[in-house]
Amino acid sequence: MADQIDVDITVPNQTKYLGMIGKIGESLAHTLGYYQGDREELAYHLNLVLTEALANAICHANDCDPTKEVRVSITASDKELTIRVFDQGHGFDLQSLVKAKVEETAEGGRGVQIIFKLMDQVKYHRKGSLNVLEMTKHLH
Amino acid sequence: MQLNIIEKNEIVKIEVQEERMDAHNSGDLKEQMLQLFDEGKCNLIIDLAAVRFVDSSGLGALVSGFKNASAREGSLKLCNLQPQVRSMFELTRLHRVFEIFASVDEALDSF
Repeated sequence: MADQIDVDITVPNQTKYLGMIGKIGESLAHTLGYYQGDREELAYHLNLVLTEALANAICHANDCDPTKEVRVSITASDKELTIRVFDQGHGFDLQSLVKAKVEETAEGGRGVQIIFKLMDQVKYHRKGSLNVLEMTKHLH
Repeated sequence: MQLNIIEKNEIVKIEVQEERMDAHNSGDLKEQMLQLFDEGKCNLIIDLAAVRFVDSSGLGALVSGFKNASAREGSLKLCNLQPQVRSMFELTRLHRVFEIFASVDEALDSF
């Protein structure tokens, strides 16, 4: 398992960290030695998925409370990549966000739908005192 | 968010001088546009040449400007999109909503 990657980082519940965490996703796309697809596209997509998931945790699940924290864990093997974003909030109904019809000129509501378009498997569940948004992408 | 505002012949060009437009900074663009609308300026060109990354909040700010400009019988046009930014508009189908131009001059000529 020489190519296994594990990243685990906790940041304060503040949007100024979005760019930093997004860049980790970009770097990761360039680190996956065995990936055969479009690396630039994967870099953008991982940046985007991390940004959307983190912004969702910070602004919605954790109600923009700067005293809270968000934990992000990323694991990658040769077959798949999983991003987990843990929030300390009250949770939200993922399925209703996915099923909601977003009007063409709506200002919001696209974040979770973007995540679903770019990742192969998305789950949101309670784990102890936290909620976790778990997103997996197949890499072959 | 660093924005350059240039007014000429009742058209306001906003140059977004940021590599990223995301949930951290896109509220600034929205506020700036609302201020312009309050001043009666509702023909806008948003120059995204410097922007390498946009998320759903950045898109939301642009949609807000588009709707406010349209409601005031003005228009909001986009130009100089980098390929990956352009792909975000296609992913979210917003390329069907906005007028998108390859250059500032082309956007200006369309008014």
